[in-house]
Amino acid sequence: MHDPCSCIVDRGMATTPNKPAAAKTSAKGFVYLPLIAGWLVPGAGHFVVRKPIRGALLAVSIISMFALGLAMQGKLYTSAQDILGLLGMAGDFGSGLLYFVSRALGLGAQPVQTTVADYGRVFIVVAGLLNIIAAVDAHNLRTGRKS
Amino acid sequence: MLHPSHFTAVLLFALCASTVFGITMRDTPKRMFRYGAYCFALFVGSVVVFSWVMFLIAR
Repeated sequence: MHDPCSCIVDRGMATTPNKPAAAKTSAKGFVYLPLIAGWLVPGAGHFVVRKPIRGALLAVSIISMFALGLAMQGKLYTSAQDILGLLGMAGDFGSGLLYFVSRALGLGAQPVQTTVADYGRVFIVVAGLLNIIAAVDAHNLRTGRKS
Repeated sequence: MLHPSHFTAVLLFALCASTVFGITMRDTPKRMFRYGAYCFALFVGSVVVFSWVMFLIAR
């Protein structure tokens, strides 16, 4: 006679995703490399985990957003006088090398005087935040948490 | 200096943000595209709706 318990167990085992094996195969090497690379250069984390199309699309989106922000004369946060300034600076830091290179070149240093410049400031901050999301996604791909 | 209109800025913002959301929040290319399109429609649609609401309030 067929045992219903064994049927449930069998079905459960058959439908369980093979995540431990995937994690085992992808756990070699420095696990945080895609996270760091993705933070420093937008999309680089996905190139490290061999997802070049995703990496290219992310790079184009994030770099375009950052460049559009600068083109609109958006401000780069350089110091934090209040909590909003601190949050804006944290968002700007998310862009990685884009932020540091832009500061070194003296871009985004002028104060916000027009509405368009304020849009630009928001574009720059959001580009940094999106870059953090992309870097964490690359890390998840590396650890096998996402396929 | 770039001087986009408010709506052009919204379209550019929505396009870039939707691309990143689509790629990072879904697993397969088809689902990524659908989710990206969904986010783009929500961004632009909500801006249009709130613009009309503010226009009607201001009158």
